[in-house]
Amino acid sequence: MDLQLFGQQLINGISLGALYGLIAVGYTMVYGIIRLINFAHGDIVMMSCYFAFFGYALFNLPWWVAFLGATALTTLLGMLIDMGAYRPVRSAPRISALITAIGVSFLLENFALVVWGGRPKAFFRPDIFGQVVTLGDVHIVLLSIWTPAITISLLLALLYIIHRTKAGIAMRALARDMETTRLMGVNVNRIISLTFALGSSMAAAGGMMWAMKYPQVNPFLGVIPGLKAFVAAVLGGIGNVAGAVVGGFVLGVAEILLVAVAPALAGYRDAIAFVVLIVILLFRPTGIMGEPIVDK
Amino acid sequence: MNQESRKSAHTHRWRNRLLTLVSLGVFALYLLWAEHNASDYVIRILNNTAIFVTLAVSYNLINGITGQLSLGPNAFIAIGAYTSALLTLSPAEKQLSFIIEPIIWPLSVIQIPFIWTLVAAGIVTAFFAFLMGFPVFRVRGDYLAIVTLGFGEVVRAVANNLQTITNGPLGLKGLRAYTNLWWSWGFAVFTVAVVVRLIKSSFGLAMKATRENEVAAEAMGVNAFRINMLAFTLSAFFQGVAGGLLAHLITTISPTLFTFFFTFNLLTIIVAGGLGSTTGAVIGSVLFSFGGEWLRAVEEPMEIFGLDIPGVPGMRMVIFSIILIFLMIFARRGIMGRNEFSWDWLLERSPLSRVFRGGGK
Repeated sequence: MDLQLFGQQLINGISLGALYGLIAVGYTMVYGIIRLINFAHGDIVMMSCYFAFFGYALFNLPWWVAFLGATALTTLLGMLIDMGAYRPVRSAPRISALITAIGVSFLLENFALVVWGGRPKAFFRPDIFGQVVTLGDVHIVLLSIWTPAITISLLLALLYIIHRTKAGIAMRALARDMETTRLMGVNVNRIISLTFALGSSMAAAGGMMWAMKYPQVNPFLGVIPGLKAFVAAVLGGIGNVAGAVVGGFVLGVAEILLVAVAPALAGYRDAIAFVVLIVILLFRPTGIMGEPIVDK
Repeated sequence: MNQESRKSAHTHRWRNRLLTLVSLGVFALYLLWAEHNASDYVIRILNNTAIFVTLAVSYNLINGITGQLSLGPNAFIAIGAYTSALLTLSPAEKQLSFIIEPIIWPLSVIQIPFIWTLVAAGIVTAFFAFLMGFPVFRVRGDYLAIVTLGFGEVVRAVANNLQTITNGPLGLKGLRAYTNLWWSWGFAVFTVAVVVRLIKSSFGLAMKATRENEVAAEAMGVNAFRINMLAFTLSAFFQGVAGGLLAHLITTISPTLFTFFFTFNLLTIIVAGGLGSTTGAVIGSVLFSFGGEWLRAVEEPMEIFGLDIPGVPGMRMVIFSIILIFLMIFARRGIMGRNEFSWDWLLERSPLSRVFRGGGK
């Protein structure tokens, strides 16, 4: 592989990884606090794409208004799912919560299928993301530069919230010990809601960029990015926000480069992430940046 | 326990066995009647129900009894279906179907009778489960769920890409419809019988102990890894055979058939029936198969009070997901909880109880 092709693929990998990272943040935050794999997270990504699509195509909103509106709606959806489905099973065994999450995931997918139909809809791509720049011999769609840039800035904002604000401190305290935090006068449910809100808004950002990258939306669009983002979250050390983004980058670059080196494996692309997951869980279950898991 | 009560326990056991045999006989007569008189549609639902009973009862063994939330049955069903289908197709048929790349050598010439393909399906699937078990049981809880789900996706990716064995996305077509009511129900009854015996044995106690508290079970001398592996492999065996039966019921298989969707339905069935109850798994399967057909109405156009309502494809799945969420929130124990059906329980409650008690007391 020559240098030019390598550069091209590296950029593709980084931009794909940035998307995995953005989605992974939502998984890792929720898991860090309530120890639940939010199966529906990938479908929240899908819903954000439909919201943006309808804002733009049906209501003729300017693209940035459509994007902001979709982000707001997705954030609201995330909080509603937490309140309606997850809060009632919070004191139940963890397996019950997980089954509930699987139910929510199927509900969202089939809701989208019933209401919006199964045929993929073409997603729009504003010029600011769609133009192609040439750097030496490498052609880059602007979206591929925007994606990591947006991911990094959102991550920095999120890290600020988690480490510098009162709500963020409460969030970290909750991850350590929910009961003690409750005794300290923290409104636990509100903080969990906030976690879902933050995770869902990041998912919305990731989702809309995903839809612009493969310019179409369909009801099952969230499944594969959702599963891979989960792998990224485990790779980075579940519960660790920066780790999730690093894990996303590692997974994205590994996937693209592997396919570039061995095109024969292209069909196994979606399976690669799971092989990575199985290997990590076997040899380093705490991920790249995770703290050791303590058996309670 | 005195002499008399031991004797009465003994007669109760024989009475219960007799009752079980009689009910099975009655059911067999019904199947015999259905085979000749029921419509194709009803026969198809009965076959589906039997396969779901097999799948749900074996899935409940690992999820409900042993308490490890595996999300991989779709992988096992796929392995079983492909194994069985590849062995019943004749060499000529295989040559005809594999148009993109020819099938690899030993498979291209083998053709064996249906029953042996089912045995092979079970053994091959159990072997895969055994290999999978080593990484899978290194982790627990939701990680175990996601790893088994990952294996499901890997199996599907392999089925899609391994042209020379699976024929890729084209799948295998033109299988003979060998599966009839006797095969499907025969195997369903066999599965239930084996699983019930197993649960009553010391292995079953060890499985339940592992579910309740793995550390405590280990302290009592239970080898949790072996017990988990036993449940996992055995459940895969039954699912593999059920996959073979399924393949020869619908006669066409392709990778899209074995998505996570399949696992979701099974999960709904065992949760609705009561996680950990074999009786519940059977009830859940029957409700799911018949209820699913009944709900088909919502996907077809209908007229309510003069209003034309167009059919909505996919509506059934929306309803099933809502049922699953509601069950988890409001009725986590499902229909049966962890209770099992027993003749004693039924007879205690029936007006005939005096007759069966032999008029004593």
